[in-house]
Amino acid sequence: MDPMEAIKVTFFQECEEQLAELETGLLAMEAGDDDPEVVNAVFRAVHSVKGGAGAFGLDDLVRFAHVFETTLDDVRTGRLTPDPVTVLKPMLRAADILADLVRAARDGGAVDAVRVQQSVDELSAHSDGSDLTAAEDLDGIDFGFAPSPLSLLEPDAAAPRLWRVRFKPLAGLYANANEAGLLIRELGLLGDTSVELDASELPPLDSLDPEGAYLAWTVMLTTSKCEDDIREVFEFVDGDCEIEIHPEGAPAASLDEPADVDAFDPMALIRKMQSEAAADGAMAAPDPAPTPTPTQAQAQAQAPAPALATPQAAVAAAGAEPAAPGPSPATSPGAAGPTIRVDLERVDRLIDLVGELVINQAMLAQRVMEAGLAGASAIGMGLDELEQLSREIQDSVMAIRAQPVKSVFQRMPRLAREVAAMTGKQVRLVTDGEGTEVDKTVIERLADPLTHMIRNAIDHGLEGPQERLAAGKPAEGVVRLSAGHRSGRIVIEVADDGGGINRAKVREIAVAKGLISSEAALSDEETDNLIFLPGFSTATEVSDISGRGVGMDVVKRSIQALGGRISIASRPGKGSTFFMSLPLTLAVLDGMVVSLGDQTLVVPLTAIVETLQPRKEAVHAMGGEARVIAVRESYVPLIDVGQVLGHRPGAMPAGEGVVLLIEADGGARAALLVDAIQGQRQVVIKSLEANYRHVPGIAAATILGDGRVALILDVDAVVAASRAGEPSAPESKLAAVG
Amino acid sequence: MSKMILTVDDSRTMRDMLRLALVEAGFQVVQAEDGVHGLEVLGVERPDVIVTDINMPRMDGFGFIEGVRGDDRNRAIPILVLTTESDKEKKLRARQAGATGWIVKPFDPAKLVEAIRRVAA
Repeated sequence: MDPMEAIKVTFFQECEEQLAELETGLLAMEAGDDDPEVVNAVFRAVHSVKGGAGAFGLDDLVRFAHVFETTLDDVRTGRLTPDPVTVLKPMLRAADILADLVRAARDGGAVDAVRVQQSVDELSAHSDGSDLTAAEDLDGIDFGFAPSPLSLLEPDAAAPRLWRVRFKPLAGLYANANEAGLLIRELGLLGDTSVELDASELPPLDSLDPEGAYLAWTVMLTTSKCEDDIREVFEFVDGDCEIEIHPEGAPAASLDEPADVDAFDPMALIRKMQSEAAADGAMAAPDPAPTPTPTQAQAQAQAPAPALATPQAAVAAAGAEPAAPGPSPATSPGAAGPTIRVDLERVDRLIDLVGELVINQAMLAQRVMEAGLAGASAIGMGLDELEQLSREIQDSVMAIRAQPVKSVFQRMPRLAREVAAMTGKQVRLVTDGEGTEVDKTVIERLADPLTHMIRNAIDHGLEGPQERLAAGKPAEGVVRLSAGHRSGRIVIEVADDGGGINRAKVREIAVAKGLISSEAALSDEETDNLIFLPGFSTATEVSDISGRGVGMDVVKRSIQALGGRISIASRPGKGSTFFMSLPLTLAVLDGMVVSLGDQTLVVPLTAIVETLQPRKEAVHAMGGEARVIAVRESYVPLIDVGQVLGHRPGAMPAGEGVVLLIEADGGARAALLVDAIQGQRQVVIKSLEANYRHVPGIAAATILGDGRVALILDVDAVVAASRAGEPSAPESKLAAVG
Repeated sequence: MSKMILTVDDSRTMRDMLRLALVEAGFQVVQAEDGVHGLEVLGVERPDVIVTDINMPRMDGFGFIEGVRGDDRNRAIPILVLTTESDKEKKLRARQAGATGWIVKPFDPAKLVEAIRRVAA
């Protein structure tokens, strides 16, 4: 890849980081944080984007970023107070537009010019017209005299001319590591030079200030360059030296030789007057040199001349450090320890290999056990240690790919703002637990479900401002997004303080759509969870926001595909909360290994509530083939897994086998009947879809210690299938592995 | 012996571009991410010229330049600041802090190399 192309990729990656910083900072400021470091970080974010954009010629982006940066600079310097409503809200909108411009630059496409202009106007309203661009043009010696139109008067402007340049550095010049020698060398590049040193002001050695400036040079330069070019050599040291540039023998001589057109040069005369004025100006400004610093390698050997001694002494006396801003001690937001960038592919490969390692170790342990070598022997102990070590390696490796959910949460505030704007509601999004870490595989698939839930919460959950006020609530609704770890899983909640679920309406719709029978007696909780049924939608018109057909059932399926569960709790008038629990990683699973005939199956441990030995008396028929089992006071549907998956033509006789009491989504319980339990184990998940294809009722597969493949049961699917009363499909016969 | 340039900039993009331009011109490049890091690098490397940005977290360009000028070993190293505007005020401020010269961003690689040549012995 062309190096510039590679850097461009880096630039866009960096932009994403800067945009995130920008938003975080602005939100903090909106919440009242007035730490100057936050303001600086926000400024730097936009400044960085602008800088890089300029390098790649992304003009639209540069222009907008410039306006934004100007306003931010005003806030940074205290000229503009960051009022949350009149300043910060427009800035948040500007941040959104900046993000859109960046992405348009990266992916192609355009941003609505009207929107952009609106934002520009909003931002510019705050600056009092002091536009930084104005300053840019007033650099250097641009007094509006362009030499080109007058070239007709200077027919031989290209002819070499003799100039006298008198150059006298002041101490500040050396203090800034500039060197007279280098400057004179630069002059030498313009043409022939002869240099004369004026050391008349050099003091005797014992009164010499090593950091003083005593030398001056007169350089006779023959060049065809114009005066501006000569002056440009001294551009860096303008103010730290005295410069006089005169064309030799021009203005003064011209008066004596009026017939000499070459010699009479009105432009040179004017320029000379300007340069003198400029030099005067430069001299008039007190030289604010910093603490005198080391001298150059020039030999200086005499007492300081009184004229020079005074300014030197004055500077030395003023002595204190120049009033430049000291380094800010505040920690930059988000600064973690040293980090390293790694190719994701390498990490994925590492995780795969570690997975294989775990399987291998389990196989080894099994073989050793079968060979009767285990137990208290040295081999047994060695194996135990090996298992311990493998587990630790696995945990560490998992941790590498674990990322804070922050990256997903970060997109939500902007989403909330947009949905709020579209629905005319006032919303504040509060996030909690952004640092909670989850495996990358899970994170990526969290964004969509979360987006839908937040959209839903704002669109359907929250009431409009009028309604809220009438109900005694603040006009601004709150949506709370939080994440945390709980018993080996990650729990995410999306809560709103809106009106809660309208249970009557939900029931009505469910009945109307044939999802439940009109006589079904459901608890409040079960009613609430009806919204997850496919085909359910309370919106009488499909709103643009929540999208066509994207009901809660789609969200639920996404969560389930991740191995997670979702449920909802609601209080009328107070609000609703979605609870999601997800596995920490998609790569490894704690499972209960069970037998079905000669097959081995793995049931996710998280779904299992308890295991029972079913007694014949506890099993009851329910009409048809359905059976239930009595568990304490309630009856739970009994699912003969062997039969459902097609291992067995008929049902297992009552009283045999082992029952796994499981809890599927929404709290529904079922009893899975299997032949026997082999044990509990952590297994590495291998995707069946990737290697074979999707099999109903089966979530994935794994390789056991003895080398055989075992299928991992999709608990929810099996429960759902049996509820719906589907006979075991012929395909499920393939759920047996030879 | 090629000259060593220390570039100090918090933007990865900028660092990459500076490195590209300088290496192509035959310089050796060492880099730092902000003023604090820059001073640390100076404790180890002896660059011939320093190129620094102004707006950086932890310690900005002005603070960094002062730090360099305040340290006996390194204070004579020429320092060029990267500035996005030819703002007279900023240039003056940079000079006051101790900068030797400046380069305007977005920088033209040729101008960068030229500026370095001008200030490096």
